Amino acid sequence: MPTAISLLLLLAVLGFAVVRPRGLPEAVGAVPAAVLTVVAGLVPWRDAVHELGDLGPTVGFLAAVLLLAYLADRSGVFRFAGAVAARWSGGSPQRLLGIVFVIAAAVTAALSLDATVVLLTPVVFTTASALAIRPKPHVYACNHLANSASLLLPVSNLTNLLAMSAAGLSFLGFAGLMALPWLAVIAVEYVILRRFFADDLATPPHRPPVEPVPAPRFALAVLGVTLAGFALASPLGAHPAWVALAGALVLAVRLRVGLPTLVRKANPGFCVFVLALGVVVLGVSRSGFGTLVDRVAPHHPDLLGLLAMAFLAALLANVLNNLPATLMLLPFTAHSPGLVLAVLLGANIGPNLTYVGSLATLLWRQILHKSGHPPVTGEFLRLGALTVPACLIVGVASLWVSLRVSGL
Amino acid sequence: MWVTEGTWPACVDAVRALPGDVTLLHVVDVATAAALSGPVGLLGRSGPADQGEFLLAEAAIELLDAAAARLGRGAVRQTRQGRPEREVVAACADVDLLVLARDGDRSRLGPRSLGHHARFVVDHAPCQILLVWPESTPALRTLPPPPHHDQTR
Repeated sequence: MPTAISLLLLLAVLGFAVVRPRGLPEAVGAVPAAVLTVVAGLVPWRDAVHELGDLGPTVGFLAAVLLLAYLADRSGVFRFAGAVAARWSGGSPQRLLGIVFVIAAAVTAALSLDATVVLLTPVVFTTASALAIRPKPHVYACNHLANSASLLLPVSNLTNLLAMSAAGLSFLGFAGLMALPWLAVIAVEYVILRRFFADDLATPPHRPPVEPVPAPRFALAVLGVTLAGFALASPLGAHPAWVALAGALVLAVRLRVGLPTLVRKANPGFCVFVLALGVVVLGVSRSGFGTLVDRVAPHHPDLLGLLAMAFLAALLANVLNNLPATLMLLPFTAHSPGLVLAVLLGANIGPNLTYVGSLATLLWRQILHKSGHPPVTGEFLRLGALTVPACLIVGVASLWVSLRVSGL
Repeated sequence: MWVTEGTWPACVDAVRALPGDVTLLHVVDVATAAALSGPVGLLGRSGPADQGEFLLAEAAIELLDAAAARLGRGAVRQTRQGRPEREVVAACADVDLLVLARDGDRSRLGPRSLGHHARFVVDHAPCQILLVWPESTPALRTLPPPPHHDQTR
């Protein structure tokens, strides 16, 4: 019975977050569910408070990074990226795809997947259209890389931030182990997309005049220093969230952005949602479902164990969503950094299978037929079916090599 | 005339010499629309739902404007959204001639010079078809040699 209640609560929270009736913030559904989880005795309140304390700094970090991405956009960083891509491509669809891969991978790694989806993708579409290039491959590349290129740094994805604190990895330690899988997975995506969209990429190049966009030097410098700060903060004992906040504040002062805008763009509602979701998922992991996951999950970070863990995480990410999947699997893997990183491979790459993020999202959307969103196309599902297993296998193999080399 | 990114100038040049009324058709690929407006950010977060639609509509207008300007005479403009190959075939129901460009391998003569969508349209369109090469036509020497058993016979 507790299992059923906790799962129902989780599904309700996810459904609310996807549908957002009347545009209400996702926290409106999640907070009552978290309270119910505690009231129903699924999670003792002390544990709930402990969970919130654990998640707090991570969520603060997320808010600062979202803010940083927004201010980078206001400074013209993404517009500049689009102009650079247009100039360097020389109007060639194939070369533009290569440049989009580099930019999308860098943006995702440094400013999180959210920046790629919300801020970079529209710029890439406009750039391709202005060059009379079919934009589909390039938009799909952004979409896919937002997930699969979010492996490199803890800031790239909220799942990574959660994992970093769970596994006790340092910022640089995380990046060192994930660099090889990150590169390998991007290479796999590139090869598959190039072949999948061969028709659309074969059109002759045009060279319409591209208006030069001045480089936002100040913003780029701040972003560079902030990134270096992430790496330096951990050894010095400071939480990288402070570095991100400092970078964001420098940009905000320069752009003269007011405090109300800053608070709004840090997405406090979304942060509350993540905290509440943490409590609801804790209820699920303590129930029979958690026991089942524990029994199924591998416990040794050998090649087979890593592979099984990555596929399990990808499966859970597709059934629920990657955030609940990560929260659920982390407690069972915290003893081994290798297994934690395998969870991330699955949870980060897995969502490419169903482009809306997960089966739960997909079902909710199909059921309620949310207006304004076109239906899922077979093409996207086929592309996901091609890339996800290949990326998982190659990613796990290179993670195994990284672990062996580093002696973990 | 089917106006798609990359290959439309060749179609316009072919149409210019033809008499009769011209319709410029652009199909917004539903797959691109889905990829542009899918809520794939952090769980629950997504860009403004209508941003993708707006970008697509704007790009379609610019594309048709450019085609009309190159054509240099009056033409009806039509934008559809859906699977491009199906929409183009459907739009051909009451036209005499469809003009479209090859969009596959342009380096040699042969079936690969037609991409999947163009292949579908050529196979199914309920009207006459004028199929043009974008840019230059490959030389005759790119023709593959006849099958081996023909040579030995």
